[in-house]
Amino acid sequence: MDMLSKNLPYILAGISVGGQYALIAIGYTMVYGILRLINFAHGDIFMVAGLMMVYISASFPMYISIPLVIVLTVLIGFLVERVAYKPLRSAPRMSVMISAIGVSYLLQNLALYITGGLAQQYPTIPWISDQITVLGASTKRVTVITPFLTIFLVVLLVTLIKKTKIGMAMRAASKDFETSQLMGIKINNVISTTFIIGSFLAAVGSLLFFSNYTGVTPTIGTMPGLKAFVAAVFGGIGSIPGAVIGAFIIGICENLIMMLNQFVKVDISNFKDAFAFLLLIIILLFKPTGLFGEKQTDKV
Amino acid sequence: MKENVLKVENVTMQFGGVIAVDNMNIVVNEKEIVSLIGPNGAGKTTAFNVITGVYAPTNGAVYFRGKKIVENYPQGKMKKLYKGENNGIYKSVLSPTPDKITKLGIARTFQNIRLFKSQTVFENILIAEHLRRTSNLFTATFHMNREEEKNMREEADRLLEILELSDVRNEMATSLPYGKQRRLEIARAMATKPSLLLLDEPAAGMNPQETDELTAFIGRIRDDFGLTIFMIEHHMDLVMEISDRIYVLDFGKPIAEGIPEEIQNNPRVIEAYLGGAADE
Amino acid sequence: MNKKKEILISIALIAAVLAVLRVLELNIPPTSQWAMLLTVLKKGSIYALVAVSMNLLNGFTGLFSLGQAGFMMIGAYTYGVLTIPVADREMVYMYYDGGIIKFALPAVLGIIAAGLAAALFAFLIGLPVLRLKSDYLAIATLGFAEIMRALFQWDTLGPLTNGSNMIRNYPTFKTILFPFIASGICITLIVLLINSTYGRAFKAIRDDEIAAEAMGINLAHHKRIAFTVSSFFAGISGALLAMFQTNVQAKSFNSAMTYEILLIVVIGGIGSVTGSCISAFLFIACSEWLLRFLDETHKIGDFTVPLMRSGFRKVVFSIIIMVIVLFFRQGIMGTKEFSISGILSRFGGKKKNNKEGGAPLQ
Repeated sequence: MDMLSKNLPYILAGISVGGQYALIAIGYTMVYGILRLINFAHGDIFMVAGLMMVYISASFPMYISIPLVIVLTVLIGFLVERVAYKPLRSAPRMSVMISAIGVSYLLQNLALYITGGLAQQYPTIPWISDQITVLGASTKRVTVITPFLTIFLVVLLVTLIKKTKIGMAMRAASKDFETSQLMGIKINNVISTTFIIGSFLAAVGSLLFFSNYTGVTPTIGTMPGLKAFVAAVFGGIGSIPGAVIGAFIIGICENLIMMLNQFVKVDISNFKDAFAFLLLIIILLFKPTGLFGEKQTDKV
Repeated sequence: MKENVLKVENVTMQFGGVIAVDNMNIVVNEKEIVSLIGPNGAGKTTAFNVITGVYAPTNGAVYFRGKKIVENYPQGKMKKLYKGENNGIYKSVLSPTPDKITKLGIARTFQNIRLFKSQTVFENILIAEHLRRTSNLFTATFHMNREEEKNMREEADRLLEILELSDVRNEMATSLPYGKQRRLEIARAMATKPSLLLLDEPAAGMNPQETDELTAFIGRIRDDFGLTIFMIEHHMDLVMEISDRIYVLDFGKPIAEGIPEEIQNNPRVIEAYLGGAADE
Repeated sequence: MNKKKEILISIALIAAVLAVLRVLELNIPPTSQWAMLLTVLKKGSIYALVAVSMNLLNGFTGLFSLGQAGFMMIGAYTYGVLTIPVADREMVYMYYDGGIIKFALPAVLGIIAAGLAAALFAFLIGLPVLRLKSDYLAIATLGFAEIMRALFQWDTLGPLTNGSNMIRNYPTFKTILFPFIASGICITLIVLLINSTYGRAFKAIRDDEIAAEAMGINLAHHKRIAFTVSSFFAGISGALLAMFQTNVQAKSFNSAMTYEILLIVVIGGIGSVTGSCISAFLFIACSEWLLRFLDETHKIGDFTVPLMRSGFRKVVFSIIIMVIVLFFRQGIMGTKEFSISGILSRFGGKKKNNKEGGAPLQ
């Protein structure tokens, strides 16, 4: 029992973080599926959502702050696409990726300017930040909520993509961008919707993530962002269930490393972040299309 | 008896469950011009890609001047999936990368022109000299291979001269008119000094006059350079005028082979073409 | 004839630039506001090298790699670790009993070792990673850099890398001429490589991999050469950066650093060596110096200029970068080069600066 209560927090944290990564990873995988773009700025959108919460909650009550933050994050995601990616629609892929890196740089510097470089304390959201006890292990309620909320949102999203017209358009666009345009799909609407969904999920993810890790810094989005991308690749980029499973695996594994760290003699906590990349390189080498990805061949 | 330059033996190419090339057997002899024709999607370019090492065939072998250069048999997932013939004849795997094939003396052009966009006509040709380099990274970087570098440039210029491209030497490759781009692509393939040249639809998108010029051009390079030419083409005038022999491919299967007159009157060929057209 | 003249002019220009640098250095007191100029020039010359090395990959070979900061880190550490004087090791490695290395290389050997170490790592990871295409390669190299960063900070490797503590007390450069000459030599080598038959093969791969392969170019081999050479020079620039900073810590070589180098390359023009050089100096000058005034509060009478306070510089700077990325995609130079002969024919021999003008491209 002691063993369990000592290790359970790691496993719980792993599942929880995995859920948060999953919410970010969906944004990556959907954008990549349609635009073939690694949206490097997505992690920073997540950071901006956290930062906005800090400032907005200072002047508004929670029931206004939370929806407001979500709406604003969605708006920012939408604007980023319109301003930084749309003009480059016919440009080489590398240009768009560079633009994404530029946006990431801009958002980080903007955050640095506004915060003055100091970590901002994330507000305590009532109820979800409360301490609870699970099987003798003490944790925040958000830890337990996250996986359920994540799965709920994913099911909702998958239904949306399967059943609605815009979802069908998305699937068409990710299969064949050019042809879908010829078939009369308004590609810009589809892309905007993708960014809106991605940003919405990133905003929800940030609410959950920062309830656990309360210091918001300008660069805090980078790591979860990259890891979420790795999760998306791991699951097979373009596949939403793949990204979610990948995210949970990464979240759990990196916390297992922390758990293992108690038992082994050498300190391996440094590799918590590196693990995701190791996994990435291994998967790319042995199964470049990820767990659920489709095989693609270049036409000669 | 002429020497046999290229021999494609029982080659089957299957992508997933789809057979693109079905048990193909082709022989090209020394100094021949052989054409491969067939409706769109018949697997002609796939056949080229197998010969040049872009794809490993699912089953079968390719010989160049009597030497086996490509061989494969169904393995892994393909073991179960394989629907073609001659399973079990081939036992070993020989799958060189395209550059190795080029080094052996087989050069090719592409259906959709693939010139080096950011480079001039001269530079496009010059790149082919790289494969005959004797310099290594260090001698090349420190420009200790002046003599070789000079020869490379002279060689490239000589070829431009012969192929009548000298006048556009310093123009960007992509700024050339379409017909000239096609010709440059052939010239670039020639620069690798092949003995077998594979042309993938050299006359695609050309007007009748350009096609006539190209016909003469292909005939000339065969004679001047002593080349063997294997080509895919849709322009029947060109094919009938220039080919020594013709192979007809339909749904990945060779359905006929013979001299132009035979092919023109072959009922199966006519059906394949007209039938194919009627379906559309 | 003309070529000889060109070389002579180049040598004269290089000598003049170096002389000017030396004079500046001797005459600017460290307390003067112009001292920043020297810092910018030093750092700029180092960033010019790493930008050119990245351009060799991204611009000339078409391999979108984001591992540059990682290779710089390997170089910086190799240099630092191997050159700390034996007497100082006890102090630097105070948590690791003086470390396991009990010798010290001379600085120049240390720099070369830095390049070789980075090249070796690149060679090893290049085998598998270079099979990946475009953005997958980018993310894999970025990931590799992150793994290396964690590895270098690993406590267990502490006797070698000093864990998460600083590496310091190694020899640094005394004069501004050092980074200029070192970077200049390296950039010249890269230019020579680009102009050789190998460089032409790289460009062919960039333009069309499939056609390049059909031209007899072994893709795997040439990509690995480009990757290894690029990393070699990134390693050297890492060593120079270590000298410039006087101390090294793995955590500063993060992905943000790679992004900055990439942005320098983009601003200068992907595929232009001179563009990368000019842009490196501009980038460093803007971020460290020229835009500094934006960080200060200004008052005109009673009116305080709004927005301007600490950090504003970087915001303005990133907006400028976005404008370049979106509207001037060619960067400063596009794929063109700045060459002495070009300038001569245009202006009859004016204009200065540009240290590797000695090797004009065609």
